[in-house]
Amino acid sequence: MQIELQEIRDHLHRFPPFDALPLESLEAIARRIEVSYFKAGSDILEAGAVVQHLHYVRSGAVEIYRRNGELYNRLVEGDIFGQAGLLRSNKVRFPAKALEDSLIYFIPAELFAELCAQHDTFADFVEAEGHSRLKSAVESQGRASELIQLKSRALISRSLVWVSADTSVHEAAKVMTEQSVSCVVVMAPNDGSHAKMVGLVTDRDLRTRVVAAARSDTATAISEIMTVDPAAIQADDSVFEAMLVMLRRNIHHLPVVHKGRTLGLINLSDIIRYESQSSLYLVNRISNQTSVEGLRVLLRDLRGTYIRMVRDGATAHMIGSAISGIGRAFTQRLLELAEKKLGPPPVPYCFMVLGSMARDEQLLVTDQDNALVLDDSFDPALHDGYFRSLAAFVSDGLAACGYSYCKGAIMATNDQWRQPLHVWRAYFEQWIEKPNPATLLNSCIFFDLDGVYGQLELVQTLKTLCAQKSSRHPAFLHAMARIALNRTPPLGFFRTFVVETDGRQKRIINLKGRGTAPLTDLIRIHALACASTAQNSFDRLEVISGTQLMQPEAVEHLRYALEFLSMVRIRHQAEAMEQGETPDNYIEPERFSTSERHNLKEAFQVLNNAQNFLRFRYPAKGRPNP
Amino acid sequence: MKHSSKPEPCAPLDWAARFQVLAQEARHPSLQKFYRAGTVAPQTPIEQVQLMAMDVETTGLNPGAHSIVSIGLIPFTLKRIRCGQAFYWVIKPPSELNEHSVTFHHITHSDILHAPPLSEVLDALLEAMAGNVMVVHYRNIERGFLDQALRRQLGEGLQFPVIDTMQLEARMHRGNRSWLDRLLRRAQPSIRLADSRERYHLPSYHAHHALTDALAAAELFQAQIAHHYVPGTPIQALWD
Repeated sequence: MQIELQEIRDHLHRFPPFDALPLESLEAIARRIEVSYFKAGSDILEAGAVVQHLHYVRSGAVEIYRRNGELYNRLVEGDIFGQAGLLRSNKVRFPAKALEDSLIYFIPAELFAELCAQHDTFADFVEAEGHSRLKSAVESQGRASELIQLKSRALISRSLVWVSADTSVHEAAKVMTEQSVSCVVVMAPNDGSHAKMVGLVTDRDLRTRVVAAARSDTATAISEIMTVDPAAIQADDSVFEAMLVMLRRNIHHLPVVHKGRTLGLINLSDIIRYESQSSLYLVNRISNQTSVEGLRVLLRDLRGTYIRMVRDGATAHMIGSAISGIGRAFTQRLLELAEKKLGPPPVPYCFMVLGSMARDEQLLVTDQDNALVLDDSFDPALHDGYFRSLAAFVSDGLAACGYSYCKGAIMATNDQWRQPLHVWRAYFEQWIEKPNPATLLNSCIFFDLDGVYGQLELVQTLKTLCAQKSSRHPAFLHAMARIALNRTPPLGFFRTFVVETDGRQKRIINLKGRGTAPLTDLIRIHALACASTAQNSFDRLEVISGTQLMQPEAVEHLRYALEFLSMVRIRHQAEAMEQGETPDNYIEPERFSTSERHNLKEAFQVLNNAQNFLRFRYPAKGRPNP
Repeated sequence: MKHSSKPEPCAPLDWAARFQVLAQEARHPSLQKFYRAGTVAPQTPIEQVQLMAMDVETTGLNPGAHSIVSIGLIPFTLKRIRCGQAFYWVIKPPSELNEHSVTFHHITHSDILHAPPLSEVLDALLEAMAGNVMVVHYRNIERGFLDQALRRQLGEGLQFPVIDTMQLEARMHRGNRSWLDRLLRRAQPSIRLADSRERYHLPSYHAHHALTDALAAAELFQAQIAHHYVPGTPIQALWD
């Protein structure tokens, strides 16, 4: 006799993780489920009690508390609770109370264990408070990962064409013509069996360094005109990384090396074949523009690239890097145009970007944060007129291209942020040694820094300074941690409302202010504590995971939470643009599916846990609590 | 649907004592066994009682003329409804299913083609009921049909204590109707199963599946006790 409780089976079928289970499993659950009614206000799980069931909210609403009585989560129809206790201690970790009259299904522990053993999706969902749920959501978000998974060596389309460093320019050009390649690798001469790459020569080099320079002696050794020690990529690095190197350096050819041997070259067109509307291609067009007006027109292409990357399933890391790369290209080209207009700079300088562009995490809704670091030979009376004009040209140009002026005036046009290196050193030293509320606000922006043009060493010096000095100043890290705790994530969702920590409910949520920004804030602090000069949040997490600073799983959770929240934000902006609306950071939970809300909730919980850890890790007295 | 209009009996029933007598009087061994399993004392707090939610789907409303087509049973207590120990039988009625009730119960001719007649499930049914207090919504159906069915099959009827969630609902929501309500012919609140459940914020189910309706009655009873009684309420205040 088959006893069918269809009502139960059909309800389970609508909600994760049950929605992914085969029908027979759902029927087996429905046959063994226990049910109980809880009047509003009554206790469902009391702290310390033994958990023998997975709990499922059939109707009503349930509040979950921390041990200290703080509200932890609010659950509705289709949500589960008690899994943490079942997976770990068999004791209730978080007590539960009925907020409304609720009907609860109890799934026996043995059945729960069977389901975990038989269905990976189920196990993934319930394990570790569901953080891996986020992982699977992140992993299924993009097939894009094609670029990430594909190794650079896979794009090498022909055997290496090379010449010895003592070859003449004429001979080299002949080899290139015969082999019909636009680029040739130069090897150290007579290097025995282990040929070592010493340089690279492209068609363009022959054009600019030989023909245009009117070198008539084509017997000149190729080593005189080659690019020495060119950038290269490891064979096992992803195509995505190769793309980043090309983006950052604005180069079209990249040697692929493995264990010191040069295997071959990949070039821009190889990658373009793998990427629909290449951001590389756009970068190329940016650097060919001769006026601000020409650059401004490319704004539309920037949006097109962005939408296409989202559609192609690129990851947040890829999109952030590509859009930042494009932003850097705009900045670089504007500086070239400025120098053309104003003449060569009187003293060396470096144009520094701050915030999201420095982190390679820029999206479309962004303003410009930049500064000028000048050589110490800078004399304001003599030189500042030039740099003021340079800064104004770039800043106005960026604004014309859609990078609006910084509201906090963190721009090179501001006298305070157009200073020689020694002044900058003094700024950073003071910010780290004697933090106060005003300087701490600066620190959040200035501690993501990168040089994009000019004497890059100037900014490199500052990066090293702040990484090394911050790690030795616990009071500074504590102060930064306190600032980072100001922006808390929402608790989660209650039906289609966002629930705030104090139990209030709101209709919209600022995904940046309450999600990605506090996440990058806390990742920055950990990275500074590790004395890392990495700027990108994912790179920073990589550095952190190489230390004992936090549990490896905690680092993974942060990675997935950041990727997921960023992707939601990115997709939200792409949708707005496609519909001709102005992109923003505000999302309405009611426009999300139940399972998307689930994942958002998990991501916010990761942030919440990470903030609690931050509080504990950087205490006022400078030593972690025992 | 016709609702019971008889007043509640004033003297509390002692079903435990009555079962002892019935065990003596019964002739059929299955019935003797059923009554010998006994039932709880009238003062037993409801939280200690083993309950059994029951729903019987029939071909019509008259126990004399119509027959049972399915029976659902789910054991429960105030704390838990145990779906894992539920019973459900589809029964081949002696009379043909009429088209109306077919659509009503979602039980079709092919379902009952291979179903056993009631005589074949009676022993299992009585065994499942034994020792438990039945909880139903609108007792006249379950009591009336089971009594009639046993008279036909075994030649003697069946008596058992029942908690009627509809009756409890009537006490709560129809007891104190003021003269003004009557004068103004204000509508009485509905005490049908679905409407009663809604008052306690219980979800709505597809009606007329014996097992689902049994589950619905069990949940409703838990809700009624949670809202209007204490777990220590003696069972004599609830059964009949």
